[in-house]
Order: sequence, then C-alpha cells, then structure tokens
Amino acid sequence: MTGSGHEKKFDPFRSLTVFSTSVIFIFILLPLVEMVLQPSIDSLQETIRDKDVLRAIWLSVYASGLAALISFVFGTPFAFVLARRAFFGKRFVESVVDLPVMIPHPVVGIAILSLAGREHWLGQVMQGVGVRVMGSVTGIVAVLLFVGLPFYINAAKAGFEAVPERLEKVSRSLGASMTGTFLRITFPLAWRSMLAGMIMCTARAISEFGAIVIVAYHPMTAPVMIYERFTAYGMKYSQPVAVWLIFVSLVLFLFLRLVSLPQKSRS
Amino acid sequence: MIRVDKLCIDLPGFSIRSVDLRVEKGEFFTLLGPTGAGKTLVLEAISGLAPVTSGRILVEGREVTRIPPEHRGIGIVYQDYALFPHLNVFQNITYGLRYQKEDQRETQRRIERFTEGLNLRALLNRSIQNLSGGERQRVALARALVVSPSVLLLDEPLSALDPNFREDLRKVLKELHRDMGITFLMVTHDFAEALFLADQAAVINEGQIEQFGKTAEVFQRPRTPFVAGFVGMKNVFEATFQGDKALFGGLEIDLRRPPDGEKGFIAIRPEDVVLSRESFLHEEYLSFRGEILRVVDNGPYYDVFVKVKDRVFQAFTTKSALMEMPLGDGGGVFLNMKRASFHVF
Repeated sequence: MTGSGHEKKFDPFRSLTVFSTSVIFIFILLPLVEMVLQPSIDSLQETIRDKDVLRAIWLSVYASGLAALISFVFGTPFAFVLARRAFFGKRFVESVVDLPVMIPHPVVGIAILSLAGREHWLGQVMQGVGVRVMGSVTGIVAVLLFVGLPFYINAAKAGFEAVPERLEKVSRSLGASMTGTFLRITFPLAWRSMLAGMIMCTARAISEFGAIVIVAYHPMTAPVMIYERFTAYGMKYSQPVAVWLIFVSLVLFLFLRLVSLPQKSRS
Repeated sequence: MIRVDKLCIDLPGFSIRSVDLRVEKGEFFTLLGPTGAGKTLVLEAISGLAPVTSGRILVEGREVTRIPPEHRGIGIVYQDYALFPHLNVFQNITYGLRYQKEDQRETQRRIERFTEGLNLRALLNRSIQNLSGGERQRVALARALVVSPSVLLLDEPLSALDPNFREDLRKVLKELHRDMGITFLMVTHDFAEALFLADQAAVINEGQIEQFGKTAEVFQRPRTPFVAGFVGMKNVFEATFQGDKALFGGLEIDLRRPPDGEKGFIAIRPEDVVLSRESFLHEEYLSFRGEILRVVDNGPYYDVFVKVKDRVFQAFTTKSALMEMPLGDGGGVFLNMKRASFHVF
C-alpha cells in the first residue's frame, strides 16, 4: 500500500491464523528434525551396513509396495463402479471400505489371524495349499493391504469422479467398447489420482506397526525393528533405523510425486 | 429414421413417461422443452447412454433398445462439447476411426472433408484448451460425423456459444444437414433455433411430449397452454366460448369466426398487442382500455404489462413508441388486438 489513509488495523483473526499455522508447523517438524539430527553420522553409517536393518527396511518397502499393487489391481474396478454407478446400499459399501481406517491396528492383526488360524475352515484351506499367514511375508502383505486399501480406493474413486461421464459416453457413441473407453479416456485422465492413491496406500502401509506386530514379529519390518531396538537398547539404537526408514520413504514418495505432477504445458 | 415407442425411463427423482417420437430419414427434427424437461435423457436413451425402463427404440428400421451404444452408429454432440482434454484436435476428430471397418483412403477422404468443411485445418495440432467455444463445437461435430453415423443427435449445441458464434454455427448445422442427408435430432430450449433449423418439432414438458408436428405449425398453433407459453404466446387465458365469442375475466372477445379446434383457451402473442393512447377505430381490431402495471426494459424492446379488468396482458413495444405515448397519471392506455391474431385451443 503506497497511499495513505489505509492504515493496517489490528485484526485478531489474522493474528490467530498466523499463530496457529506456525504452532502446528513447529509441532510437526520439530520432533522429526530433532530425531533426524540427533544420531551421529557414524552411527548412521554403521546402521546402514547392518544386514538386519537393510533387510527390515527392504521388507517394509517391498511389502507396502506389493500391498499398493494389489490394491491397484483389485481396487481399480471397484473404485470405478463406486464413482460411476448409483445402486442400492452404496452408502453402506462406502462405509465398509472406510472401516479399516477406524479399527484399532492390533484389532486388525487379531482379526486376520483369527481367520487364518487352524480353527477356521479358511485357515485350514490355506494351510492345505501351503499358505502361511502367521509370521510370514504373506501375513504382512495381507495386513498392509487391509489398512492401505481404503486410501487407494478413495483416491482412485475421486479421480474417476473428476472425469466427466460425458467423455465416456461420447467415446462409446464413437464406437469404443467399455474397455476401450476406460483405456483411452478414463485411465489417461485419472492415472495421476490412481498413482497418488497408490502413494498414500504405500505410505499408510510403511507406517503400520500395531497390526504387523500381532501377525508377524518376524520377519521383521522396519517399524517392528525400531520398536524392538527401542525396548531392548533404548533411544540411541532405534533412532538411526528410524532416520533411514524416513529417508528411504521420502526418496520414494518424492519420486512418485514428481511422476504424478501434472505437466505445466502440453500445447 | 428414428422411432421411439412408449419410452419410459425411471431415474431417482426423475422419469420419462411414455414418449413417442417419429423422425423421418433425413429430417431435421427438434425436441423442444425447458431445462429439466428430460430432453437430454431422451437423446441419451436413443444413443444407448441412458438406461431404458420400457419401450422400444428403432433406428433405420432396426431395433436398438438393448444394443450397446458402440454398435448403434449414432453420433452425439453435447452442449459442453465433451472434447477429450488429453487429446489434440486431430486426435479428437479421429478418435472413433479405428472402430470403422473400411479402407484407409475412404477414411482419409472423410477426415479431409470435415476438416475442410468445418474449417479446422489450421487447428489440427492445437490442444483443446486453446480453442474458442465455436471452434470446440466444430471439432465435436467433426468428431461425430467422421465416423459416418446414420443419425446425429445434438444436445443444445448452440446454447453455450456467444451470440455471434451461435449464428455462424447455426448456418453450419443447416449446411451440414443439407449436404449429408442424414437424420439430425436436436434438443433445444430456444424456439428461434428450431424455427430456423428444423422441419419438424416436438415439445416436451416434465417427461412427456405435449405436441408435435411441423415446426411452423407448432409455433403458430400451439395446442396446450404450456406449448403456447413456450413458443412465445405469453398471453394465454382460460375462457368460455359462446358462439363466436370468448369470455374471460370480464372481457368479451368477438372473434367473428367460429373458433377452430378445441375450446378452452384463448391466446395472443405480445408482439400482436399494440399499445396506443387512443383506441383504434378499425373493424379488424378490438380495443380495451387498461392500466400499465410495469414496464421491463429488454434492450431492443420493452415488455409492458397492462391490466384490463381482471386480466394482465403482456405487450412488446419499442422505446420510441413508449416515449411518444404521453401516459396519463393513471397509466391509462389502450390495447389494440387484431381479431385474427387470437389463437383458440
């Protein structure tokens, strides 16, 4: 403002927004930054040379990625139906999809175990074909899929909803089948949302601890290892693993975010 | 040729009730109705894009009611163009060609024809985002026509355009229809468009067809109060008839001819109501003294609402005509209406 007469008045609401923004920002970043900065370079180097740590981080990334991939395969058609069709009980179906978000994590683990146990027929069938859930990568992936699926489905659904149905209709009228329309119209317009959904699904899965620890203490994922080192040896030994997990996740997400960013100009 | 028999569509909150339509081969037909009357739904049902509850749809003599849209050979052009935003102009136009079974040369010829005919040559490599409304609509037309549909459905194709583009595209549509000889079925809420373009028209209201016939016929002789209002006959009154006379709201109108058709309503267009300070003393005119209630400025013309006894008439007048009429304090004015201008139904 160059002219006079428009002096800034004190606005309590404006001050409040500035204040709360900075408080929240600090609240989130300060502990993280502190944790990342506390371990010495030596301890970080030592940790990353530890085969167990590498294996745990790799398992976390790999199992989470696999969960996201399975979400993509099974969740995509499902999300599409949710986005396009109105049917009786749709609200109910949508609530069911959101259930895993609300259930306490250990409960998720117990629920899955109770299905895979020897007392349950499904558990017996799985045992018959040699599928083991308890203490296995299969179990870990199953648990991660359970907690991550809602994130993928909701993001993909939002992506499909953002594609005008008219475009699909025109495509059909021009001779394309439903499959052709999905591949040539819907997917090219919604893939960024789908990828974003997979990122969120992976992120949610990587951070899972409570359910995994019930289903599979071993093989050890990174969060379980961090917990174990914390209880057994204390802060100093758990921090470097945590830093490496954060680092690997960040690199991964940054990469995926870059891929999914809309291009600035396409003319 | 399009035939729709007893088409019913039930959607949550809206339904189409037993719609019948006959569109002859090569005709330009308009389906008229206000927003929310179910026009788009009828179009989508014909092209297989909306679920049909009951009834039959025949296109070129073939029943298509249960055939998926991609096998119907019906083109559709929407008001909002519905161009594929991730494809450029050329890719949009040629989108449907891979589903056509014919040789390359023929395809190429048709691409040429429509890019030339619709003046799109210079735009082929442009992205959709950089086109004007008129250009977008021409791309949508080319995209629909290049796959040689037997029928082209147009959903308010001119409504989203600026007035000057609208006139251009109206001409384009007329020429395309003349040159291609295929059936056009257009949906619109604008009667002027229908009069300019279409041979035949049907008026739909709340999911039901109210009247259909030659466009000019519907315009001149509406058969229901709704259609009358829709085609611009703003003054519609329920009346009782005695011989040649119509009686309503304390008024008596001697038509000097037995009313044709059913009797129940009398109507006159606002442009046929002439305002004056003195009563017209002319055999052919009926004059009533009334009182001006309000005047609405519509730019090129004024809407004047005049109360005569218990009824309010609407009249159009020019600004200068209104200025030249020194209206008294009471707003007293004469309404002069030609007997022949009254329409009875």
